[in-house]
Amino acid sequence: MKTINLTEQSVRDLNQALHDQAIECTEREWEVLEPKGQHNIACGLDQNISVDIKGPTGYYCAGMNKKAHVTIHGNAGQGVAENMMSGTVRVKGDASQAAGATAHGGLLVIEGNAAARCGISMKGVDIVVKGNVGHMSCFMGQAGALVVCGDAGDALGDSLYETHIYVKGEVKSLGADCIQKEMREEHIEELTELLNRAGVDEDPTAFKRYGSARQLYNFKVDNTSAY
Amino acid sequence: MSEDIKVKDGLRESATFDRNTMTEIRRAAETGIYDIRGFGAKRKLPHFDDLLFLGASMSRYPLEGYREKCNTSVTLGTRYAKKPIVLDIPVTIAGMSFGALSANAKEALGRGASLMGTSTTTGDGGMTPEERGQSSKLVYQYLPSRYGMNPDDLRKADAIEVVLGQGAKPGGGGMLLGQKITDRVAKMRTLPMGVDQRSACRHPDWTGPDDLAIKIQELREITDWQVPIYIKVGATRTYYDVKLAVKAGADVIVVDGMQGGTAATQDVFIEHVGIPTLAAIPQAVRALQEMGMHRKVQLIVSGGIRNGADVAKCMALGADAVAIGTAALIALGCNHPMYDEEFKKIGSAAGFYDDYHEGKDPAGISTQDPELMKRLDPVDGGRRLANYLNVLTLEAQTLARACGKNDLRNLEPEDLVALTVESAAMANVPLAGTNWIPGKGY
Repeated sequence: MKTINLTEQSVRDLNQALHDQAIECTEREWEVLEPKGQHNIACGLDQNISVDIKGPTGYYCAGMNKKAHVTIHGNAGQGVAENMMSGTVRVKGDASQAAGATAHGGLLVIEGNAAARCGISMKGVDIVVKGNVGHMSCFMGQAGALVVCGDAGDALGDSLYETHIYVKGEVKSLGADCIQKEMREEHIEELTELLNRAGVDEDPTAFKRYGSARQLYNFKVDNTSAY
Repeated sequence: MSEDIKVKDGLRESATFDRNTMTEIRRAAETGIYDIRGFGAKRKLPHFDDLLFLGASMSRYPLEGYREKCNTSVTLGTRYAKKPIVLDIPVTIAGMSFGALSANAKEALGRGASLMGTSTTTGDGGMTPEERGQSSKLVYQYLPSRYGMNPDDLRKADAIEVVLGQGAKPGGGGMLLGQKITDRVAKMRTLPMGVDQRSACRHPDWTGPDDLAIKIQELREITDWQVPIYIKVGATRTYYDVKLAVKAGADVIVVDGMQGGTAATQDVFIEHVGIPTLAAIPQAVRALQEMGMHRKVQLIVSGGIRNGADVAKCMALGADAVAIGTAALIALGCNHPMYDEEFKKIGSAAGFYDDYHEGKDPAGISTQDPELMKRLDPVDGGRRLANYLNVLTLEAQTLARACGKNDLRNLEPEDLVALTVESAAMANVPLAGTNWIPGKGY
């Protein structure tokens, strides 16, 4: 295991070292000490490596992650795992706004709560939050799944496309064009698989499903002369 | 209606409720939806035609027009990037998306730009292999929607342009209607086919300049500080926007005036939001000069650039380069009279067509229709664009030499005068034949 202490080396040094890992990685396991909330830690990774960050991180930790497995042993700042393509990011604490924003793939697990706009504009990532999510979560969600084991704030799934949303607790309000939908067998299966991948012990049948009513997909155009 | 008819019949058209206005009221009443169209502002605005160059005579010494050197190259991104972009000419191709444009059109833009040693730019929807393959210098746009946003493509780019706004619609997001969301476009954007796609107007994971500084640092980290990072703004509060963009860490600022084109947005947006390009440039330059960053953070200007005189005037006002969009499409064949009959069949006419969002472009440029797309040969289109870029450059050089300048970037406001009081005030140059700059006294 390679250890980098961010009080002794810079985030630039860390990221360059991680980016220098080719397919035949010389070091597959990395440990980052004393991150102290610095921004852009471990972003742009593109190899199958494991990075354990022992403390809180600032903005965009593990941003645009590809293949790597990043664990944050603390809270994560804004935009954790934003635009992730693949791999896994796990936050042991809480996550700030826009967790998993626009992410295209992979798995983001937040063991605490996630703030506003969790999964905003998500494009295929799967996000599992053991706690609550803030307002406007999954705004314009396009694909993938958002699982919330706690409660969801205002305007969940506003302007939703095709992301699947599962919430166990209360939803304060649904956003425009987001509706509750029937929980069929295939959804139970999908949710079970998501919970298993995230290592979260919850009963899938206790969740409700939400999705797009697809009423905003096209402009409504009248044609008065046709009547 | 001609003047003759008015006189003969005693008819008088209302200046307030003219026929265009009446047509729009009837259209709105019929459909219940605002007018969506492409192109840029069609109203008459103060523009570069309102400026003239003061060629050399007794008090200035001209350069020989055909023999003496006049440099056109410009280096962008010298502030932080390890690999700044060197352009052979100071005219770049503005961001236009695959989706709004056909793959052939994107390829043609790349070919034409590469022939002239300049850059082209992706758009909403990501980078296509055709575009990357044919563009020797490619700028990758980073937009609020993040459609097709991929770190591998990010690292393939020669520069990154963080788009905050667009001159045609500052404060608004992109729009691509269902007719153009084909299977390929849908897959690149992770959207269902056929939806009327309305992009967000704000970035999803940052708000404000302090956040943007961190976002820029993230992009630099991911690309190992190799490539320049541009910030593009629609021209509105340009002075403040440029200062904040510099503070946030931009290598290059792109200011897009309200004459800048779009593939689709509300007509009310195009015609009523933003400021003319002419008015924006001096604001941007003043902001850079006050920060001691003029020429250190390069300035690209776009919005209504048509000829070498426009290029030279932008540079005289302090730009380092210009970007063209609408003019580049016209060079490829957009609105060409050879398709006039077909334009008429879809309710338009050559020279007037702006319904890019409908995807029926007879010229095969702003369409995803496979049959229409074939009408634009990307090799021929690339040659036409290269020829046009060459003419822009030659014209700009001609004017610069006449002003005694051996580098386009040596042109200066002192070389210009204005024809109207309003253009003098906006451009901050004297009214022709006077020493008077409005607001500055004699």
